[in-house]
Amino acid sequence: MSLIEEIDYGTPRSKSETMVTLTIDGNEVTVPEGTSIMRAAMDAGHQIPKLCATDMVDAFGSCRLCLVEIEGRAGTPASCTTPVMNGLVVHTQTERLKKLRKGVMELYISDHPLDCLTCGANGDCELQDMAGAVGLRDVRYGYEGENHVFAKSHGCDNDHWMPKDESNPYFTYDPSKCIVCSRCVRACEEVQGTFALTISGRGFDSRVSPGMSESFLGSECVSCGACVQACPTATLTEKSVIEIGQPEHSVVTTCAYCGVGCAFKAEMRGEEVVRMVPYKDGKANRGHSCVKGRFAWGYTNHKERILKPMIRDRIEDPWKEVSWDEAFSFAAARMRGIQKKYGRDAIGGITSSRCTNEETYLVQKLIRAGFGNNNVDTCARVCHSPTGYGLATTFGTSAGTQDFDSVEDTDVVVVIGANPASAHPVFASRLKKRLRQGAKLIVIDPRRTEMVESPHVKALHLPLMPGTNVAVMTALAHVIVTEGLANEAFVRERCDWAEFEEWAAFVAQPSNSPEATAILTGVDPKDLREAARTYATGGNGAIYYGLGVTEHSQGSTTVIAIANLAMVTGNIGRPGVGVNPLRGQNNVQGSCDMGSFPHELPGYRHISGDAVRDQFEALWNVKLNPEPGLRIPNMFDAAVEGTFMGIYVQGEDILQSDPNTSHVVAALSAMECVIVHDLFLNETANYAHVFLPGSSFLEKDGTFTNAERRIQRVRKVMTPKNGLADWEVTIGLAKAMGFEMNYSHPSEIMDEIAALTPTFAGVSYARLDELGSVQWPCNEKAPEGTPVMHIDGFVRGKGKFVVTEYVATDERTGPRYPLLLTTGRILSQYNVGAQTRRTDNVVWHAEDRLEIHPHDAEQRGVRDGDWVRLKSRAGETTLRAEITDRVAPGVVYTTFHHPDTQANVITTEYSDWATNCPEYKVTAVQVSPSNGPSDWQKAYDAQARQSRRIVPAEAAE
Amino acid sequence: MSPDRLIYMANQIGKFFKSQGHDKAVPGIAEHIKKFWDPRMKRAIFAHLDAGGAGLEANVREALTALKQTTTLPAAP
Repeated sequence: MSLIEEIDYGTPRSKSETMVTLTIDGNEVTVPEGTSIMRAAMDAGHQIPKLCATDMVDAFGSCRLCLVEIEGRAGTPASCTTPVMNGLVVHTQTERLKKLRKGVMELYISDHPLDCLTCGANGDCELQDMAGAVGLRDVRYGYEGENHVFAKSHGCDNDHWMPKDESNPYFTYDPSKCIVCSRCVRACEEVQGTFALTISGRGFDSRVSPGMSESFLGSECVSCGACVQACPTATLTEKSVIEIGQPEHSVVTTCAYCGVGCAFKAEMRGEEVVRMVPYKDGKANRGHSCVKGRFAWGYTNHKERILKPMIRDRIEDPWKEVSWDEAFSFAAARMRGIQKKYGRDAIGGITSSRCTNEETYLVQKLIRAGFGNNNVDTCARVCHSPTGYGLATTFGTSAGTQDFDSVEDTDVVVVIGANPASAHPVFASRLKKRLRQGAKLIVIDPRRTEMVESPHVKALHLPLMPGTNVAVMTALAHVIVTEGLANEAFVRERCDWAEFEEWAAFVAQPSNSPEATAILTGVDPKDLREAARTYATGGNGAIYYGLGVTEHSQGSTTVIAIANLAMVTGNIGRPGVGVNPLRGQNNVQGSCDMGSFPHELPGYRHISGDAVRDQFEALWNVKLNPEPGLRIPNMFDAAVEGTFMGIYVQGEDILQSDPNTSHVVAALSAMECVIVHDLFLNETANYAHVFLPGSSFLEKDGTFTNAERRIQRVRKVMTPKNGLADWEVTIGLAKAMGFEMNYSHPSEIMDEIAALTPTFAGVSYARLDELGSVQWPCNEKAPEGTPVMHIDGFVRGKGKFVVTEYVATDERTGPRYPLLLTTGRILSQYNVGAQTRRTDNVVWHAEDRLEIHPHDAEQRGVRDGDWVRLKSRAGETTLRAEITDRVAPGVVYTTFHHPDTQANVITTEYSDWATNCPEYKVTAVQVSPSNGPSDWQKAYDAQARQSRRIVPAEAAE
Repeated sequence: MSPDRLIYMANQIGKFFKSQGHDKAVPGIAEHIKKFWDPRMKRAIFAHLDAGGAGLEANVREALTALKQTTTLPAAP
């Protein structure tokens, strides 16, 4: 194994299809029109010296090192800013160029420290490389003159010198090493789109400045790492590199945070991670990253990680550390005992959307074939299950229709109930790049999110009241249909015409007009009409949506309404359009694909289908139950009722993440065996009898499937700290329960998945190694996968229009609970925070806060930063208030990253009509000033402390 | 399982299908419950139906009556 060195071509790839041929250093090169001479030379294997150029950003032409000579042209143009032309004859190395380059380098080095041996970038410094490349042997100017290098100069303070900025927890900014190449500034603008960095001053005074000469942490910087990656010197360097040294080998793997699925190079020294660097060949992220994937992996060796299996008789007892075998047999005996006492259907399990496809597949196999029932569900139940239902109903498949590259061809982007800048940051960066090129943006969200207004982005914002999505979607359809903007040709060709006519008649009813529904939705009818016209007529229209769509009583109805909109405008089946659910967790798409839902086997095939069941029964050598099992909320209800008594939970903290915490507590307390398989003693573990330590994504092989249906490899870079990879743990439990599973490597599990699942038929580890990644369906018809779905027709045949009538949620405001609470995420934290809270990301978000409008705050006597009591009919908690007009009057907002706030104590058990996906996004609440933690919080904290006691195993004699 | 919760869920399904008209709604509701409810939920709602089915919307009641006739569930443990 060695360090994967990606070629830096110096300037971005040209997309032109017109080819141009020129001669570089005597070699003929053919490249797309618009390519720079620098890139063309690199294509031919000739590396022209460069400092300010890198292929992640546009050419800048400032360092004057990449000069070339072109026959017939005067001077020495910069090769990065000079495009190729047919017939050019270019020389990259001449006596004149050598002299010029040496002169440039001499000037650079005259104002640069010569501490190379002890420098953090030693071994990975482009400045050092270039000094070597041009043969710099002497600096005639000396180092005594004006400089940025030394704190003192000739006995006086040096005004040009600036101290290091160590404010960011993950990287340092050392201005003395800066060559002002602007790569960091341009990466922040062009790649990330935050515009946090600039060059202040002019000439010799030019400095890289975060914000208005602020610290990195104090500026708008979102710590994505693009600047660090772009820096050619030690100016911006990962603290881990400074501390550990340069990596010696690297392995390409996939991030374990959100559903974007960024590819990273895990750069290693032995089994120690030195840094994670986004991989340019990663087709989801194209070399970009966010603060979580790039930097927040320290949780994998956090001191609170549990590495030994533990058991206890009662949840009031302290944990007892035991061997794996003892834990497995204890768990197996309890689970089988429950089945004997309460029946075969009295146990079940939850697969993890954080674990690999292979691990998820095994857990559902264990439940269906080993437990003998279909009581398997996954966290998608509480996030994107309505996507599964809605898109399967209308299009015939439960997944997004595009790849992320598609956004580069989009003209109108509609973002509904999602805040990609916080929750899917790398996609947000790619989207913003397209918006800066002129695409239009419509945001439908109760809050004025970061997407609505950011540097060079201004959206048409429809700020609707929480819970009125269907009314808004139907009103958009009303405008499109009644103003004659429907794409009739598309509908006639691709969709069921009779169903369309029925639907069109429904949406055209005056009661569905923007004017009539404004009273419910709060959306200005003029803006709504403009949004509908823009989407229908503005070119390629793409809809991206998140949990603000799904987590409602009418979540599935809204997904259907979105699909209706895409069909009626013909925005399906080509690059730049489509319906794109932004998936929450890294492998939530995969966990759904792998048959984690109680009613369907891998590949979304209903359990009642005899032919499908036959296939699985033949291979698994067991009889399967044809009846659907319990969904997570049903499991809780059944537990309280006494018919569901044992659960195996892999990598999911249901107590913190599921709604109405008191109900979840009641359900877990009622169970006789709760098995938690996780990295940490999470909140659910407070009610568990068996704890099976998990392995992190760095410690195992497998695959994740991201929101674009892209299957990517997760590669093991270190031995599991707990001893076993998660798939091995499931096998251990299965064997103890008398169900044999024989796999020696996850690739064998994938082979079984491929054999049983038509959409995965062409997937194997060999194929993934060959192609890098592949989007399902991947089979005989599409051996390289399917970037865009429904190209020549819908998977189900004809696209199905379904009438979507608005039904108000039963969660209503009233005198006791006059405000509507909606919940969401923040950039630096992830989901329940189990991972990110155990990293330095807490410097950005140490607690959940309640956003409240100044008007509502004033009425209640609440000042910014005050503790407030947040109460719903389900429960109450306390947290601090943040006064902001990002939320409308009548609406409050918080995040759910911290267990001591427990936002889900407040949320109710109302759920989507079709899938039971909880209605997290609408809860009627009251807010009042508070003095401190609620009784619930105090009791919860005491129980959690009591429950987390551990008695270590006695040392073996 | 608690009939109140199941009645609420069944009626919620009924509300979605209502706008499709009686003839589509009744089979739609039946199919949905058939596909997504676990046997103990079906047993409980059928038992409630047998006991008079109080609180069930008309379409839902009709759908459940039809579904019950075509469903053979494993016996309760």
